[in-house]
Amino acid sequence: MSKLIVSEIGPASSVQDGGRHGAQRYGLTPSGAMDQLALAAANVLVGNTPFAAAIEIGPFGAAFTAREGAVRVAVAGASRNTDISGSAVALDASMTLADGQTLTLGFARGGSFSYLAIEGGITGEPMFGSLAVNARAGLGSPYPRPLQAGDQLQTPPASGAPERRIDLAAPPEGPIRLVMGPQDDEFSEEEKKLFLDSEWKISATSDRMGYRLEGPIIKHLHGHNIVSDGTVNGSIQVPGNGAPIVLMPDRGTSGGYPKIATVITADLGRFAQIPAGKSFRFKTVSMAEAQAEARNFAQLLRTLPDRLRSMDQFDLNIEALSDANVAGAAVSAVDASTWQIPSPADALAPD
Amino acid sequence: MVQTLSAPRILPSGDSAITVEFSRDIDDGANKRVLALDRTLANEPVPGVTETVPTYRSLLVHYDPLLVDFDTLREKLLALANLPVPPTIKTRRWRIPVVYGGEHGIDLEDVAKTLKTTSDDIVERHVRGDYRVAMIGFTPGWSYLSGLDNSLHMPRRQNPRLLTPAGTISIGGVQTGVQCLAGPSGWHLLGRTAVRTYQLHRDPIFLLEPGDHVTFSPVDAKTFAEQDRAAEGGEIVAELMAA
Repeated sequence: MSKLIVSEIGPASSVQDGGRHGAQRYGLTPSGAMDQLALAAANVLVGNTPFAAAIEIGPFGAAFTAREGAVRVAVAGASRNTDISGSAVALDASMTLADGQTLTLGFARGGSFSYLAIEGGITGEPMFGSLAVNARAGLGSPYPRPLQAGDQLQTPPASGAPERRIDLAAPPEGPIRLVMGPQDDEFSEEEKKLFLDSEWKISATSDRMGYRLEGPIIKHLHGHNIVSDGTVNGSIQVPGNGAPIVLMPDRGTSGGYPKIATVITADLGRFAQIPAGKSFRFKTVSMAEAQAEARNFAQLLRTLPDRLRSMDQFDLNIEALSDANVAGAAVSAVDASTWQIPSPADALAPD
Repeated sequence: MVQTLSAPRILPSGDSAITVEFSRDIDDGANKRVLALDRTLANEPVPGVTETVPTYRSLLVHYDPLLVDFDTLREKLLALANLPVPPTIKTRRWRIPVVYGGEHGIDLEDVAKTLKTTSDDIVERHVRGDYRVAMIGFTPGWSYLSGLDNSLHMPRRQNPRLLTPAGTISIGGVQTGVQCLAGPSGWHLLGRTAVRTYQLHRDPIFLLEPGDHVTFSPVDAKTFAEQDRAAEGGEIVAELMAA
């Protein structure tokens, strides 16, 4: 076995996977990755099943060192400066750390979470079919808590398979899409309009249980206490102070505040990646559109392996190019290296 | 006499879950219908339904929109919810030992004072109750029980406590509850049980099911301490009276 040592890590970083399902009736929340698409992309890059356990890395930087053998990894999700022993490496790509080499990730830019998948997966003891950390319930393996510097993850040695990159279309821009309900009738038409027409920001006090929203106060029609009922990922509940909270994968399984609307499945990861303090808007869609988008999203997840490319094979991808331009680096359509590898200028670019 | 059932409200909880709401209030009849629909879905699985979560007044039905769409599932759930509630469904009955008052139930005396009676009388009223697990939620194993004596209904604390002990038995509003993990609570703490409603590496991991019946039996502090050690070692400690 090889080991990946956590050399440095910030808060809000833990082992996560597709989550543990089926025990919400006992009060056990599913947990799992905040951005399932990024998790799946990282896993597919190293040949794992899409929802295998990986390291979810919060907005701060992190560093990982291979020991007792080489370790093959891939990083997807939020944009960051990434290097192996000082040489810049590309995101959305696999890479092999030789014994003793260190992979260093900078602060997240334009996103909040990255996923570091390890070829062969993370060795641990699944509970309810999952290694995902749920610290309150004492669940998660190999550590039932967020990761700390010094933690060691056991993993099979690197296979020596050729490195791959993955062509992910740029995530859709625009408002976060919602289906109204289940308790939108607890709010007047004016308050619903205020909720939908306003600009919102995610509060810095947000976490894996819920994202607190900063914006106008949303008033209830009949007070803020309802008899508790079940919650889902993306439930938007409005507590007594009128500041909505979007429930995330470590949510309570039931809640006693009216839920005005629910984020659609296809936008949950995109929403989770919005950095604290950045403005965004909501928009309602019909149930038919939300379910069509959920099917498209599932299709995207299923077909991720078709998007794998060898490292020397570049498609002219207009979306990726414009993405790179947004990130602030100088990009040449004919020189792939300018948009494949983050340049030092990238680090200084404002978001 | 034929009882006409009112149709539940079918509320969308996003694109992958439906809330089947039988009442807006805590209502014993509604809870029975929630549990009946939950059981129906367990006995005759509906394609696409992945998980159900019973609460006091509604059943949350998680589903896979790749396998069934909202309109189809809505019609199916409405039809199933309108089936008559079976008169008696086989339920389990548990007896849960509780040490009341003192350091284990720090609000018992205040509750007695507020209700102008003695601590012993409060314990007697709480022990007399025949409770049903209406729902489990919030944190793993937190079991909300219906059937609390009217004379024990009282508002929750003005200031919730940030940390209350594992195994706490408390009352709040019209409910009583068995709390498994240490955590925040705004309820009035009457006592503690050694019973773990949630314990990893024990079979079963979750002891209580929604719909189970529960009674409490008082034990002294010494017995609680012994039972707590046994429970730590994986013993269930609660007595299964009938199944």
